[in-house]
Amino acid sequence: MTEEEVRSAVVKIIEDVAPDEDLSEIDDNKALRDQIELDSMDFLDIVMELRKRYSVEVPEAEYPELNSLASCVTYLTPKLKDK
Amino acid sequence: MNQLPRIVITGIGLTAPNGNQLDEYRNNILAGKSGVTTIDTHYMGELIAGCCDFDTFQYQKKKEVRRGTRAGSISIFCANEAIKNATIQFENIDKSRVGVYIGITEHGNVETENEIYNISQFGYDTKFWSHHHNPRTVANSPAGEVTLNLGITGPHYCLGAACAAGNIGLIQGAQMLQLGEVDLALAGGVSESVHTFGIFAAFKSQGALAENDDPEKASRPFDVDRNGIVVSEGGCIYTLERLDDALKRNAHIYGEIVGHAINSDATDFVLPNPKRQGECVQLALNKAGLTPNDINIVNTHATSTPQGDIQECEMIRKIFGNSPNTFINNTKSFIGHCMGAAGTLELAGNLPSFEDNLVHQTINVDNLDPACNIQNLVINEPRKVDSVNYILNNSFGMVGINSVLIIKNYKE
Repeated sequence: MTEEEVRSAVVKIIEDVAPDEDLSEIDDNKALRDQIELDSMDFLDIVMELRKRYSVEVPEAEYPELNSLASCVTYLTPKLKDK
Repeated sequence: MNQLPRIVITGIGLTAPNGNQLDEYRNNILAGKSGVTTIDTHYMGELIAGCCDFDTFQYQKKKEVRRGTRAGSISIFCANEAIKNATIQFENIDKSRVGVYIGITEHGNVETENEIYNISQFGYDTKFWSHHHNPRTVANSPAGEVTLNLGITGPHYCLGAACAAGNIGLIQGAQMLQLGEVDLALAGGVSESVHTFGIFAAFKSQGALAENDDPEKASRPFDVDRNGIVVSEGGCIYTLERLDDALKRNAHIYGEIVGHAINSDATDFVLPNPKRQGECVQLALNKAGLTPNDINIVNTHATSTPQGDIQECEMIRKIFGNSPNTFINNTKSFIGHCMGAAGTLELAGNLPSFEDNLVHQTINVDNLDPACNIQNLVINEPRKVDSVNYILNNSFGMVGINSVLIIKNYKE
């Protein structure tokens, strides 16, 4: 996956986890939870969906890497490069 | 009960396989329209079932539906509809004085089966088991989802009572109002059981699952060709208030709860005990200070099983056999067995009789079983009567739990 594809995959997961939110104007560099309604259980859904869809494991210690869309892309691109 | 505050029904919210509002539901019943159809299941293919088609998103955000349960969605729809029907200005009332009491046959089987199916797609690796499973399956979940949706901070819980649960939800709500614990009760019963294959499989193994080439003909209490239960989903929640409070706000009063009883068979896990059922009916009559002939409609629990229907008929014959004013009917013939919602939905199917003096019929009785031939059984066509003053509603459940409600036509 390219960085663009990784971003798109993460956005798709967030759309499913937070279906009432408008993601069209999201700022990639700001914390997701400051821009849309995402609680800790939603966040765990994102982790679960990465596991289910892409076999990616995100250890708890690395959850902060999923803070913003930009940090998601940086963190996940190496893990998804062969997907 | 005379010294306690009088409790009245002031609003009704429901979803049934043949209607999502009281008028639609009642009209379809009087027109003889069944709501039974079929459902596809994971492991058993297409099965006869009663399913609801209310708009899930009418009162819930998409995320609420995603996070919650089907039983929660049914409860939320019914609770909101009941409040609307009761013309209560909900935003202006003290939410800490509202209680939510919902009868359930069981809860959590749907979610557990879904998770097992889910992990089966991942080699049964439990790391794919959802973190939502616990909040979805705690026994207070359907009632709790109502409080989350409506911002209610008063008490909420579910009453687990097999298929007697709907009546028991209402009884609990009435008692909490009488004790002064709350000022408004959202009380009733729900069931989402068609979404679990286990209930179908278990009834089939027991030889108690209805089979018929025509789904609409499958639920046929009292007919010689009945062969089992039609599993259905549904919900019916009432707003209950103390009479004085209801009068103060000029509420429409659908009826007054004047008698109720709950008892146990202490006999068998599955088989009913008509003697104990009769004792429960008699107890409710005694509490209401009524004799059998005072009752105008007995809505039976009969589930379309060969033996259970006969046993209930024997019990009714004993108690109401000399009551010319008492008419007997069955609502499951239209909607199947809505489990935790059965008692409250079946009551709702009959409450309009207070206003139209029609006793709704039992459909699908093509050949009445002689063993079920009881006096004043209303079959296939509604019966016009002079007046309806009292309705007695039976709901019985597995492991031997019986519940009976008596509702009076409230007149000023």
